[in-house]
Amino acid sequence: MVGASLLFNGHEVIAPIVLPLVAGSILLLLEQARSRWVPALSLFATLAFLVLAVALALQASAGEVQPYLLGNWQAPWGIALALDRLSALMLVLTGAVACGALIYALGGDGQRGLHFHALFQYQLMGLAGAFLTADLFNLFVFFEVLLAASYGLLLHGATRQRLSASVHFVTFNLTGSALFLIAVSLLYALTGTLNMADLALKLPQLGLQDARLAQAAALMLLVVFAVKAALLPLYFWLPETYAAASAPVAALFAIMTKVGVYAIARMTTLMFGVSAGGATAGVVGTALPVLALATLVLAAIGALAAQRLSGLVAYLVVGSAGTLLLAIGLGTAGTLAAGLFYLVNSTLVAAAWFLLADRISAARAGVDLLQPRALAEGWTPLGVAFFVAAVAVAGVPPLAGFLGKALLLQAAGQTPLATWVVALVLGSSLAIMVALARAGSALFWKPDDGPGAPVAGAPAGNTASHAVAIAALLAAVLATSVLAGPLSAYTGAAAQQLLQPRGYIDAVLGARPVPPAYDVRKEMRERGDLK
Amino acid sequence: MLLLLSIGIGTLAGCGVWLLLRARSFDTILGLTLLSYAVNLFIFAMGRVKTGAVPIVEAGKSFTLADTADPLPQALALTAIVISFAMTAVLLAIALRVRAETGSDHVDGVEPR
Repeated sequence: MVGASLLFNGHEVIAPIVLPLVAGSILLLLEQARSRWVPALSLFATLAFLVLAVALALQASAGEVQPYLLGNWQAPWGIALALDRLSALMLVLTGAVACGALIYALGGDGQRGLHFHALFQYQLMGLAGAFLTADLFNLFVFFEVLLAASYGLLLHGATRQRLSASVHFVTFNLTGSALFLIAVSLLYALTGTLNMADLALKLPQLGLQDARLAQAAALMLLVVFAVKAALLPLYFWLPETYAAASAPVAALFAIMTKVGVYAIARMTTLMFGVSAGGATAGVVGTALPVLALATLVLAAIGALAAQRLSGLVAYLVVGSAGTLLLAIGLGTAGTLAAGLFYLVNSTLVAAAWFLLADRISAARAGVDLLQPRALAEGWTPLGVAFFVAAVAVAGVPPLAGFLGKALLLQAAGQTPLATWVVALVLGSSLAIMVALARAGSALFWKPDDGPGAPVAGAPAGNTASHAVAIAALLAAVLATSVLAGPLSAYTGAAAQQLLQPRGYIDAVLGARPVPPAYDVRKEMRERGDLK
Repeated sequence: MLLLLSIGIGTLAGCGVWLLLRARSFDTILGLTLLSYAVNLFIFAMGRVKTGAVPIVEAGKSFTLADTADPLPQALALTAIVISFAMTAVLLAIALRVRAETGSDHVDGVEPR
């Protein structure tokens, strides 16, 4: 959009990183002083982030990859950021989920501990940085920024369950970081560069011996990203962590698994893509779709076996991650486009689910066991929201979850795994639908049989901001269904852009530093300060 | 020297992984620390090991790639040290809190029966 480029004068690409950094730092001071302006500023910063992301997406939808050279150093030597359709889409999604989570947190969860809002902004900064960077080590640094913030957010309003979940989460991610560093430094030793565009050029030129090491590094990177994205052998941290986190934090974490998905998509199309050529091309191979299919099966079993609503919702997230990684693993233009379309819908609906599960549990006096129980007043809106969210997440017509899965099945028809994809995607959808129907009937039917006296009055702690947050996220889900045409056109174009990495490489490596406004050295020489 | 360095990195990483697999927070944190030492040395070694080479080129002196060190892995290692140090501190704080709340330093917060 012209507006953003005029306002920021070419610096708009870094604005989604700088804005939360500045807002978070101010919030840190304000929270220390217990100022009453904290919620207003936090909300303003998050809404501004969303507006900025939408502006950047409009700018990126023209199809040009926009590089940004940090510190005005030319690309392979300095760190570069790059904005393409995929990163812009992820930024918009981050903004939307963050707005929902923050509005919900204003209903009371934000006050349970100090520095919630500052950590929230730093998490946004880490997410935006991870989506924008074109440098592998910089990606590691932004991963650490968002993880550091997420540790703080997870501990927010610490309970005993939350503390022990945190120990597992932090330990697991620290081990992942160690693996990330090993892979990154190995790639640097082999190619002498960390810039992703430059790596995409240098990796195919490696000799056979070095290419083997590069393949090992690529698979280590895949493991690291799969930890974040919750792929089969590495997802066991997710149900525990998400069930333990407070509702707005869990809703924000819905976008955190998508960072792993994004990184895998970037890695398998840019650096280790089939089109790149050389021994490292397509190294991920069929491992990714097969593991993703297995993830889908286990997510369905987990959802069926869930005893609590929070556990059920966590397995819904695992299932959506499985579908997404399947789409990326199959790797054709059609499946990638379908995957990105599904990504938008599934992230929004997952965030809505975490908030909704918290409200349902609050209405049942804090118990979220999936057993019949006396209903509280004000139950109807929760039931309607549950129904809409269940339809959206299970992939039943008419909502966008169905469209995403239909597009995926249609596109997967030409791939070798087609039979398995169709059988397991449909089977897991059915299992999830059964699990949701069972949960819904346990939660919302049989009002007289349940133990305990009916709760009088409205459920405790229900505020307008809770309702607004859930309604806004569900409205966004509905909007993705209504606007499915333009959205799928955008994700189709994004998939095309991903599969033709030439444009990205040329844009990043071809970016020239801005000439200095005036020559400091020349001025100093003239003044005699510098010989 | 290269052999000694690789044996050192391998030993550190092996000890780190072994400690990491134990179910006590203290051992786990120690294991992560050892693992991060191994990673830092590994990053450093990836810039090729040289003795007596400087990463800075002095003006007026001729130099070749053979007698200069690669400055980038040193910068990467520095970043990695800072991050792993900070994260270990965070984990230590959480582990202490768990210890205070539950009276156990088992990673699950409860002693196995």
